[in-house]
Amino acid sequence: MEEVNKEKTSRTEAELMSICEALIFVSDEPVPPKVLGDVLGEPKQKIEKALDDLRLSYEARDGGLRLREIGGGWQIATRTELHEEVREFLKTRPSAKLSLASLETLAVIAYRQPVTVPEILEIRGVQSASSIKTLLDKRLIVSKGRKDTVGRPMMYGTSKDFLIQFGLKDLSELPSIEDFEDLIQ
Amino acid sequence: MPQTVPNIFMDVDSEQLVFDFENVQPHIERESRDQIKLTLGEFAGPLDLLLYLIRQEKANIFDIPIAKITDEYLRYIRLLKSMDITLATDFLVMAATLIEIKSKMLLPRDPVFEGDEEAEDPRQELVDQLLEHEKFKRASEMLYERSTIEQATFSRGLIESDDNNLEINATVFDILKAFQQIMERRKEEIQMEIAREEMSLAEMLKNIRSRIFTSGKITLLEIFEELKTKNEFVLAFIAVLEIVRTESVRVIQEQVFGEITLTRT
Repeated sequence: MEEVNKEKTSRTEAELMSICEALIFVSDEPVPPKVLGDVLGEPKQKIEKALDDLRLSYEARDGGLRLREIGGGWQIATRTELHEEVREFLKTRPSAKLSLASLETLAVIAYRQPVTVPEILEIRGVQSASSIKTLLDKRLIVSKGRKDTVGRPMMYGTSKDFLIQFGLKDLSELPSIEDFEDLIQ
Repeated sequence: MPQTVPNIFMDVDSEQLVFDFENVQPHIERESRDQIKLTLGEFAGPLDLLLYLIRQEKANIFDIPIAKITDEYLRYIRLLKSMDITLATDFLVMAATLIEIKSKMLLPRDPVFEGDEEAEDPRQELVDQLLEHEKFKRASEMLYERSTIEQATFSRGLIESDDNNLEINATVFDILKAFQQIMERRKEEIQMEIAREEMSLAEMLKNIRSRIFTSGKITLLEIFEELKTKNEFVLAFIAVLEIVRTESVRVIQEQVFGEITLTRT
């Protein structure tokens, strides 16, 4: 940390790219640019520029890895196209998917958050208690406090894990709910 | 209406289900006079079922043939009697709503309001709800696709560091502390054993008998004073009675309410 401060102004763009790459590599979860900036004592713009260039260099190389923004941070991950070989090697299978009921509940929570159980019921037309439990267990949703209304019901919203598991940079990356309207006939 | 339903696949509440949007559409597989086979797939709720029935009838969502759909719906939920009770109630609420709409539509319009302005279609609220629901259904399909794509991407696993390697993440003091805890627990265990130790009547007999025969006499007070549990008191009492009955031991009480002594004769 001491030498970090000493070198504060002397890092070149290329050095910064290397350091960011190394830090992202050793982290087991997406690294927010702010964390990189704080650790390295570099201004936000410099970090963001370095990350962007780093991403472009990954793309240009066209290798087995890609650098991407997900869940509010940066992450090095394998390319989607290589999933079969990676799975074969890791001997893993795609994990169990959510049921339709849970997915629907998750969609309502994602688009209407913070949302209460009665509000979910209104849209889905069905009790969603078991779905909500599943989503909580899977840490896809978190409680967002209580609503200041009769009965003070618990409000729910999506978690960082939700962004990561659904490959989203942030919530604004979700397509607008009104876009789905055109599809209905 | 058939009384027995041979095959209903109910997956409505199984959370670990892999759902294929393309292939597993809920549908009624085969129908004859006395047999209906349903593949429920997943009707995630009454709105889902309603949408399905509307599509089945090739009806316009904005002009639902309410009588026909209500009949279909009721026929269907009769088959769902064995379903999860909370889910079933939601289906029943929808049935009631449908019947209400149907009855409203059968009633003639109030002549006072007629011509005044277009009276609201009793189906409107339901249509709105269906449309809203449909949007979220699409959204959940989108989420499904996203998660499928995301599952094809792998990030690096956990690197071993001091924080996540339990093996080296312990100092001598941690070990000492753990050891202390173990000892503490052991102590507790032993104490519990003592508390739970129970003497048998045979042991109590042997114990009291040997004390009488070695010292020649003993007061009842001396025997009972050493006892701790209610159980031991009872045993001692029975043992004394037994000894007096079977052995040559006399019970002497020198004055009323005085001390009772057991003496060997």
